[in-house]
Amino acid sequence: MKRAGSMTSMERVMAALSLKEPDRVPWFPLLTTTGARELGLTIKEYFSKGVNVAEGQLRMRAKYGHDCLYAFFYASAEVEAWGGETTYSDDGPPNCGIPPLSSSEEILSLHPPLVRESPSLLKTLDAIGIMKADIGDEVPILSVVISPFSLPAMQMGLESYIELLCERPELFARLMEINEEFAVEWARAQIEAGSTAIIYFDPISSPTIIPRELYLKTGFPVARRTISKIGGTAAMHFASGRCIPILEDVLKTGVGAVSAGCEEDLGELKRLAAGKIALVGNFNGLEMRRWSPTRAEEEVKKVLAVAAPGGGFILSDSHGEIPWLVTDEVLHATGEAVRKWGSYPLGWLS
Amino acid sequence: MKDKEKRSGEFEAALIALNRLEVARLLTDESDERDVMLRVEQDVVPAMERLGRLWEGGKVSLSQVYMSGRICEEVVLRLLPQHSTPSGGGVRTALAVLEDRHMLGKRMVAASLTASGHPFFDYGSTDADTLVSRIESDGVDLLLVSTLMLNSALRVRKVREGLDRLKRPVRIVVGGAPFRLEPELWRETGADAMCRNASEVVSIVESFSRGDQR
Repeated sequence: MKRAGSMTSMERVMAALSLKEPDRVPWFPLLTTTGARELGLTIKEYFSKGVNVAEGQLRMRAKYGHDCLYAFFYASAEVEAWGGETTYSDDGPPNCGIPPLSSSEEILSLHPPLVRESPSLLKTLDAIGIMKADIGDEVPILSVVISPFSLPAMQMGLESYIELLCERPELFARLMEINEEFAVEWARAQIEAGSTAIIYFDPISSPTIIPRELYLKTGFPVARRTISKIGGTAAMHFASGRCIPILEDVLKTGVGAVSAGCEEDLGELKRLAAGKIALVGNFNGLEMRRWSPTRAEEEVKKVLAVAAPGGGFILSDSHGEIPWLVTDEVLHATGEAVRKWGSYPLGWLS
Repeated sequence: MKDKEKRSGEFEAALIALNRLEVARLLTDESDERDVMLRVEQDVVPAMERLGRLWEGGKVSLSQVYMSGRICEEVVLRLLPQHSTPSGGGVRTALAVLEDRHMLGKRMVAASLTASGHPFFDYGSTDADTLVSRIESDGVDLLLVSTLMLNSALRVRKVREGLDRLKRPVRIVVGGAPFRLEPELWRETGADAMCRNASEVVSIVESFSRGDQR
């Protein structure tokens, strides 16, 4: 994959995370269900074994030439470890079924599951191990933990969780203790299996969902404690949510990169983040479904023009998952456009 | 009697602060000469609509909008006689989540409808075929659908096709993240309108009740 004079994907990504200009902008299409299409399996079959996901990720990277392998299966895999259920469809990501906690009082008798006893998590560790054995240190393997603060949206349902957050501080604190213990064990297990970096998925902390005043008392201290205990390279992801109002706070959580929401002014975010933290983003995955190859190239140029100068930028979608309905043609065209227009120095901008 | 602007500002501030007692006090203020229904129409509904617009503009958070809706719902339920399901004439409205367990959006719409005195059938989380069958048996005229996932949003097309086979018009109004993030998606699914926030549903229901064309 490495051409003479060019960087490996790992070198390219590490340069971007160090806020420098690599040979070109790294490209992270965060592909999940698309791997099932690649292997000719149903989405349910695809996610039933770690070897499928590893094979899907390796094949897709060979096909599209992007700069990461993505070890994320689906969000409710974590909730399965807590006794939750997952529902499958033929054309979208697996989804959460009935939340495992039916009342807030159940938090009092809740205990964190063990990773080694959770089949849904062990599949992910298998996939990471297989990918690492194949790719070594040439390509970063990205893993996900749902933040202890955001996990309750699936553990008990978002409406019940917002009420807990606003009105039951003692039960909330207890739930965070339990969830933090689990998140740290889960993240460390993925790093030990071969992951390069942890994406800390924390959509509930986004100002789209809660006000900054509440974040500073809740999601923020949880993130600081958890990310520090995990150690290693971490990125903050708000799954399409906004981050500009809390960017200065995110800097203090210990992450090296942050995802930009697709509804945010990327230029403004770049100005605020320059020299402080790397940016990842910010394609609207839902819109990508309608793109033509020409439109894909235009969108790549538009994003690169505002966020790539000076480095510290990784091109990606803003949600953390490319929808199943985004075509191969668009994924190819996007990769080609990044290679064509994303090489430093960005002479075409002048 | 306080002027309208001051009263509205106080009510909105109490909602954003999630101050249940103050919200209840303002709505039951004995010095206020308006009847209860007028207070709901003039204070509660505009405040919820404004909070919805502020959320769209990134000025307030979803948790504030959700909790405000819940507080209004609780207070209005205490003040007004409730009809939880439609009876008699008028536009018969139903609310559902399509093939998903994420209920927050539906709950917010339910709170807005309840707080503004609009009865509705609550179908919970259901699939397209069941939804069409319930709409037929309940004689629903206006269906409100909440979704979170793209593939669920695209199922609205199947609901549209099922409803088109009924021998009378049923309007569909959709809402939720996929429709907000991809503004043309609602047309693709065959819906008649979309709401960008939960409180917007009140004006849409009222416009359909008047027979407006969207």
